Order: sequence, then structure tokens, then C-alpha cells
Amino acid sequence: MADATSDRSGPLIELRRVTKVYGRGDAAVHALAGVDLRIEQGEFVAVMGPSGSGKSTAMNILGCLDTPSSGSYRFRGVAVETLGRDQRALLRRRDLGFVFQGFNLLNRTSALENVELPLIYRRTPRAERHALAQRALALVGLNGREGHTPGELSGGQQQRVAIARAIVTDPHLLLADEPTGNLDSVRSHEIMTLLGGLNRDRGITILMVTHEPEMAAYAHRVVHFLDGRVVDESAPEQRS
Amino acid sequence: MLWNTLLLALREIRRNVLRSVLTMLGIVIGVAAVIVMVTLGDGATRQVTAQIESLGTNLLMITMGQRMGPGSGSNAPPFTLEDVAAVQREIGAASAVAGSASQAMTAVVGNSNWSTTVTGSDNRFFAVRNWTLDDGRLFTEPEQRAGRAVCVIGATVRRELFGYQDPIGQKIRLKQIACEVIGLLASKGQSAMGSDQDDLVVMPLRTFQRRVAGNQDINLIQLSVREGDSTEQVKADIERMMRERRHVHPADQDNFSVRDMKEIATMLTGTTRVLTALLSAVAAVSLLVGGIGIMNIMLVSVTERTREIGIRLAIGALEREVLMQFLVEAVVLSSLGGLLGILLALVASIGLASLLQVPFVLNGPIILIAFLFSAAVGVVFGYFPARRAARLDPIEALRHE
Repeated sequence: MADATSDRSGPLIELRRVTKVYGRGDAAVHALAGVDLRIEQGEFVAVMGPSGSGKSTAMNILGCLDTPSSGSYRFRGVAVETLGRDQRALLRRRDLGFVFQGFNLLNRTSALENVELPLIYRRTPRAERHALAQRALALVGLNGREGHTPGELSGGQQQRVAIARAIVTDPHLLLADEPTGNLDSVRSHEIMTLLGGLNRDRGITILMVTHEPEMAAYAHRVVHFLDGRVVDESAPEQRS
Repeated sequence: MLWNTLLLALREIRRNVLRSVLTMLGIVIGVAAVIVMVTLGDGATRQVTAQIESLGTNLLMITMGQRMGPGSGSNAPPFTLEDVAAVQREIGAASAVAGSASQAMTAVVGNSNWSTTVTGSDNRFFAVRNWTLDDGRLFTEPEQRAGRAVCVIGATVRRELFGYQDPIGQKIRLKQIACEVIGLLASKGQSAMGSDQDDLVVMPLRTFQRRVAGNQDINLIQLSVREGDSTEQVKADIERMMRERRHVHPADQDNFSVRDMKEIATMLTGTTRVLTALLSAVAAVSLLVGGIGIMNIMLVSVTERTREIGIRLAIGALEREVLMQFLVEAVVLSSLGGLLGILLALVASIGLASLLQVPFVLNGPIILIAFLFSAAVGVVFGYFPARRAARLDPIEALRHE
């Protein structure tokens, strides 16, 4: 199916000389010092780098949660740096899905309702919402657990719910911030297999931050960050 | 979307039932207190008005001296029968005029005695004061002319002196005279001023003047003004006429006064109204305090749910959608408090009204106003916490522990 060379014209993501500066004057911290990055439709990209290398900042900007201090960020041709807070929220609602290290599900809320949440903001009618959420949960292998709350699910299952929530809207881009950071090795590989499958079978572009080379090996391409710059782009090490 | 927001708010409130109820308490008490105050105030006003109406709102009273109360008429000359006749003759708008004289006295029947007020007047007295008979009859013309020892008594006097016996035809001893009871007046109950209206004995004026007072004085002239005539106008006419008859020097003040029952009614209900408004204002302060309670809890809630807000913002909730969520929650909280307050107020006012023997008057508008006000309290005090939630930075909020 869709792979690194999408038939869409233009890249999905294009960062040009993007900087992000926190603070001012002598206290200024350059979290990003001029990042150039292109990601094509259908890619599966891993982002690696030591803490403080700027990868989280880059993810926040790519996720339209934050704006660059300078430089340009085009998402499907749209200049994100010119968008206001609400317009970025609408873009996230329409085109992006998030998976976090800490799962970030709503407590005391069933798996089904957690997955329905993005659809509520999209004003999807109730019946369709149920059907879509159920399908997404089935896709991540959680049939029969719709009524469980996060407290009643294991870490791996919670992360599956989070992935279902991220893909229920059929996003163009799935941003995963250390999705396996809180999971043991077996669960981690299960989650990575799931993400790999979603990328391969459904053509969802995935951008994933990780510091485990083992997990990065599932990606097509690895982007290394150091001191606020992209220092190396390479194919991942072969999986053992 | 609004429906979803509403469901979400209800669920959030249910999740913390105890906290929600405690938060609402301020509003519940505030709304209940305002409604109870106004309802009881209305009841009291209604009661006073009804009592004054039973006296006749078209009643004018001409008294000696300038002021009602202590020291009144101390050096003002009394009225005469000629004054009564003159009012009857010259004031066309007067439908009935009754002159009377009264004195406090002890009435004795057998072993029972009772201090009461004995009034000398004629049958017009009953007409002017809206008295009706329960039993017996009023005075006959010969009785009034000859000054016979007959009397009509009120319900209290009957109860105290005769118990459940039939008083008609019995004799009451008033000083040296033995007075035959010929009529029993229907009970009027307590007056607006708190005195017992049924505590009276009425005898013909001539009997009173000759055998009780020993003079020809009349202390009070009461008249009812015909329906449709302005009491103001009649009052002015009487004042002019009486100044002339009583030879009041143009530079002097009146040595009598003409009082309008409407005036007294307005004065009495006015007091009740002011009191009601004052108490309601105090009760309304509790609504304000309730609002601050809601704001406090909503701020706590926003802090507790910072991560949830972060998740919602990350998956694409707009600022105003988060604002609405928290605002609706605050409004639902305060409106529920308002509804509970209304229920509590209805129960409390019905109970208190019967306890205080005041009629229960359901005041629809004040209930509606109290409810809308409680909802408005939610909007006003929920806005600040909701805005704080909506303005959160999603990145910071997601990092919140």
C-alpha cells in the first residue's frame, strides 16, 4: 500500500530553518537552532536524541501545539506558523492524532467514550460515533473491552485505547511521543507491531519519538536530534 | 454539542456528589431564604390589607386633637351631636355617619367579669364599620331615642362572660346599669394593629351619655364615603367645615384630625414591604456567598482536571468549547442549587405560614427571578475559572501531574 513515496504532490511536512527560543537576552535558550525536515505522506519516521536535544520541542511544533520562533512549517502546504490558536486546534482536530508516553486517557471514563472524544468535537452524530469508535477499538484488538475504564485496563491495553483514539478520525499524521516508554518489552513490541501495521495497511504517516533503538527499528527512517539540530538522517538499524 | 456538554456537566457533578451538594448549599439557602422572605412578606401584606378592608377602606375617622395615640385630644373640645348632624347634612358623599363615645369599663355577669370597651352610638355605627350580626338584632328606634339599657356585644365579650351559653336576653352589669344583650356581632378577629376587634360592647348613644358618661360628648365621628367618591375630596371638605364649626383661628392648627383608612393601610403595608425588602436583601447576600463557593470549587476542579483539559485541547477542542464545558458545569451546579432552593422554600413557606398564621401566597415571579438569578450566579462566578481552563497551554497542561 502507501509507502515512503506517496502519490500526493508535495511533502506532508516541511520544516525550514525552524528555531524555537525560550526566554530572552542572556537567559535565552535555543531549543531549536534551525531545523530542516521533510516527511512524505505514508512515512514511518522515528525521532531520536538525548534529552534536551530539542526533539520534544520539535514534536510540539509538528503537533501544532506550539509555534516556531522563526522559520516556516508547512503541513500539507498550509503555513502553520501563520495560524492562530483556534485554527491550529481545528487542524489538530481534522488531521492529527496523538499518542503519549503516559497514555493520557480520561480517568473513570470508558474505553469507548475515550475513543469517541475526538469525534464529539468533530460533531459526528452519536450513532456514527459509536460505530467508528467500536471499529477503532477492534482494530487495536480491544473488542469486548469497550466498557472498561483505564483503571481496569493494563498499561498495554491503555496504550491501545490511546492509539484507537488517535486513529478514529482517520488522521493524516499520528504523533507518538515515546509510546512504549511506560511498557515492558513484550507490550512494547506489540504496540510497535500495531503501529507498523497501521502505517502499512492504512497508510497513516507516523512520527514517533523514542530513545530505544529497538523501537526505532520499526521505522523506515530515523532522524537524530542534537543541540537543537537534526544531525543525521538514516535508515534504522536492522531489527535482530 | 450543547447536549453533550450538558451531559458531561451532569456526569462531572454526579462524580463528586458530596462536593457538588456542599457547593450548591450556599445557593440553596440563598434562594430558599429570599423566596421564604418574600412569600411570608406577601402573606403578611395580604393579611393586613384584608383586615383593613374588613374595616372598610372608604372609612374616614374624625378624632379630637392632632395626633393618634397618647395625649391625643387632651385640650381639644369634644364633638357634639350637632357636629354629627352637620357632617351628615353637608357632606354629600358620606353614605353613613356615626358619632360615638367610648369608655373602658368592667362588665360583670354573675361571677365572671371582663374589662372591655363600652361604646355608645347608633345603628349607623355597625354600617360604617362593616359589622354584621351573628345572632339577635340591632337597636330599635324607640330604644335609641329613649336610651334603653340594651347592648350588642362582640364575640370576645360573649366568650369571656357567657362561655357557650346563649347571651341573647341576658343582662350584663356595667357600673350601675344592667344592660340587656340583644345582639351578638360576627367575629372579625385581630386588627392590623394587633388589637382584638371583637372585644366591645355597644349601647345606644343616649344610654351611654346619660347613664355611663354623664355628659353630651362625642369623641369620634366615623363615616363611610360613597363608592366612587374621592376620600381626599371628602377629607378636605370635612376639614374646612369642622374648622369653621369649632372656631379654629386661621393661624392655628386643626384641633381635630380626619384620618383615611387607606392612609393607615398604606402605612402598615408599607412597613411590611420595607421589612420584606430588607430581609430579602440580607438573604440575597447568601446567594453571593454561594456564588463565591461555586467559583472556589470550579477553580479547584480546573486545577484537578488540568491534564484532562490538556488532552481535550490536544485532540482539537477550541478555547470556547473548553470555556463552555466549565461554564455549563458551573451554571448546572448553581441552577440545581436554585431548584433545590425553590423546593425547600415552598416547604418552608407553607410550614412557616401556617405556624405564623399568615396566608400562604405563591409568588410566581419571585420564584422565576430567584431561579434565573441562581443561574446568573453560575455564569458570573463560573466564568473566571472556565476562562482559566480554556486559556491553559496544552503542552503545560499535558505535563501536569
